[in-house]
Order: sequence, then C-alpha cells, then structure tokens
Amino acid sequence: MNRLRNEHLAVIPAYNESATVARIVRRVHEQAPFFDVVVVNDGSTDDTAALARAAGADVLELPFNLGIGGAVQAGFVYAKENGYRFMAQVDGDGQHEPEEISTLIEAMAAEPSLDVVCGSRFLVPGEYLAPVSRRTGIHLFAFLLSRIVGQPVTDPTSGFRLYNRRAIELFSADYPHDYPEVEAVLMLHNHRLRMGEVPVRMLERGGGRSSIRSGKSVYYMIKVLLAIFVGLLRRRAVPEPGGPAAVAAEHGI
Amino acid sequence: MGSSRIQILTVFVAAVLLIGVLELVRRRRLLERYALVWLVSSVVLLGLSIWRGALDRIAEQIGVAYPPNATMNRAFGFVLWMLLHFSVAVSRLSDQSKVLAQRLALLDERLRRREAADERRLGTHEGDDEPGEEFAEAAPAGREHAFRRAGKP
Repeated sequence: MNRLRNEHLAVIPAYNESATVARIVRRVHEQAPFFDVVVVNDGSTDDTAALARAAGADVLELPFNLGIGGAVQAGFVYAKENGYRFMAQVDGDGQHEPEEISTLIEAMAAEPSLDVVCGSRFLVPGEYLAPVSRRTGIHLFAFLLSRIVGQPVTDPTSGFRLYNRRAIELFSADYPHDYPEVEAVLMLHNHRLRMGEVPVRMLERGGGRSSIRSGKSVYYMIKVLLAIFVGLLRRRAVPEPGGPAAVAAEHGI
Repeated sequence: MGSSRIQILTVFVAAVLLIGVLELVRRRRLLERYALVWLVSSVVLLGLSIWRGALDRIAEQIGVAYPPNATMNRAFGFVLWMLLHFSVAVSRLSDQSKVLAQRLALLDERLRRREAADERRLGTHEGDDEPGEEFAEAAPAGREHAFRRAGKP
C-alpha cells in the first residue's frame, strides 16, 4: 500500500539541474527528515528526473517546460491533493540552503497566524552579492510592494518559502505564470493571507543558469512591474480575514 | 467599364472567401466559434461589393473624404479584432495545456507509486511461492508492465 506521508512537503522545481538536484534532495532529507521531498521536473532535457529519483525524491514529470510558475503550481496541487499541511519551496539550483528550512519552520511555529514565511537574503546584513542591476530591480519591487501591502517586504523575488494549508489551497487554484514570486506577494495580500519574512543565508548559484540573466534584467523588471499593476487591477474574490482561502482561478474565458 | 470589372472581381473574391469559410466549417477544419468572425466579415465584404453605394454612404457618415479609405479603415479594424480574438484563444489554450500537463505529471507519479506498491506485493508473493507460471497467466499484462518499469533506469 501507499507509504505513510508526512505532514510536510518540500517542493524542488528543477529545469536542467542535474548538477545540483541530487545533492539538494539528499541535504533536505538530512536537514529536515520529517519532510517528504518531491522534485518537479519541468521538462528537463537532461537526467534531472533520474538523479532526483535515485537520491530518494518523488518526481513529478511535466511533459514539457511550463516555466517556474507552472512547475511550482504542480507542487501546490500535489501538496493539496495529498493532504500536506505545510509545503516548503526550495529551488533546484542550489541557491537555497536546506539547513534554513528549520528557520522557516520555527518562524511559522512562533507566529501561527502567518500563512507564508519567506526567507529574505537582504535581512542578513551585507552578505548577498548580486549584480547591481538585479539588486536595483529587487529593491524597486520591494519598495512598491511594501507600499501596496502596507508591511515591509524586503525580498519579494525569493522563492524560498514555507506555506501553510490555506496558502497551498489558494496557490493550487491560481498561481501567477512567468515570474510568480513577486505577484504571489500581491495575491496573498488580496486574499488577506499573512506573510512574514525571516533572514536566511543564500548562496551563489551552484550550477545551471538563473531564469533571470543580468542582460535581461530590464526586460524582467518591466514584465514584473506590469504584473504588479495588472495584479492590482485584477478582479478577485476577497474572503474575510481568517476565513478559508478563496478559489479565484478562472479556467477558460 | 473599368469600375464594373473591378466590381465583378471583388464580388468574386468575397464569394470565394465566404464559400471557403463555409467549406472549412463543413469539413470540421474550423470550429464554428472561430468561423463566426470570418463568416460575418466575408458576408459584410460581399454585401459591400454588391451594393456599391453603401461604401460612399458609410464614408460620408463617418466623415471620410475618400471612400476607399473607409474600406482600409474597416479592414484594419477587422484585422485588429481578429488578432485580439486569437490572442484570447491562445491564452486560453496555454492555460488549459498547463493544467493538463500538471494533471499528467500528478497521475504519472500516482501510477509509479501504485506500481511500486504492486511490485513489492508481488515480490513477497513470489518469495514464499515458486515463481509461479500460473501467476503470469493470471495477469500477464500487469506483470509485463511492472517488469518493464523495473527495468527502466
């Protein structure tokens, strides 16, 4: 019969990350043994899926590349349908430290009203060195989002997050497409879900390439800004604070 | 004389367009949903090419000095409308294919899990018993499938 499942799930979206994915899976197993690990193989052309499976993860194999938003959403649907109470997202490129999962868990345990805990690299003073162009963009989004949601958001592009059941249900129904992390912050605000940040260390990328290359930073910035403004204008159901997450996805048109 | 020849030509072209669209719908190569836009526009085109006074009158109504410009205007508007229509259709299709891809991945994972469980069960069964041919006869397809899976790297 089915193995018994834990209450916690770690979702690792991976697109051609054969250099790092096995190590990350093993380290999540070591550092957070009460987590089930599922790798979402986003249509990789290398042996990411086989390596992840050999390292002991379950693998969701998307038949073609959906991009980070679609891949992570597959994780949300998996978490929802298999009854996980908490889901952590850990990127497959080695940028996130599996040790820091416990930081996220502790933050959520300390403040149970939080629906999402986000690891922020900018709350750790002076450690993270990204290209100036990218940092400028991130700080601009952070500034705008902080104004919009009315609480400080320092690292809106961080994908290192822990979600509770309400957030899982919301995002399994509707998760933004292209560069989802920034817009997801806005969605949480619109749906009256609470997000908090904790400082985490992040590494330079362990291999592969970021979905944000510095040459494309400007393009990325414009697209995300557009997403923020469209997100502000989108029609969404607004539930009462504390109520169940609204299901807002409109499939089809 | 020249103008009547050009009228025959435009009526002919519009008629061919209309018949072509109808034929595509009839052969189910074009969904009615998308054909509607084409049908409407080819009927309008046919109407305008038969009743020539209409063009002048419309041009006068909307204040275009040179009637053929009104044609260009309308054609441009129609093309914009079509493009928007297709963008909407493409957005919907990509959203649907995303949902399908995710569903496929989830089902595939579930199948693997099931097969692994079946294999474990089969494995213990074969352990106490002689690797029975009767078992293979009982469920040949399932066994073959399980072994094929197991053989995969």
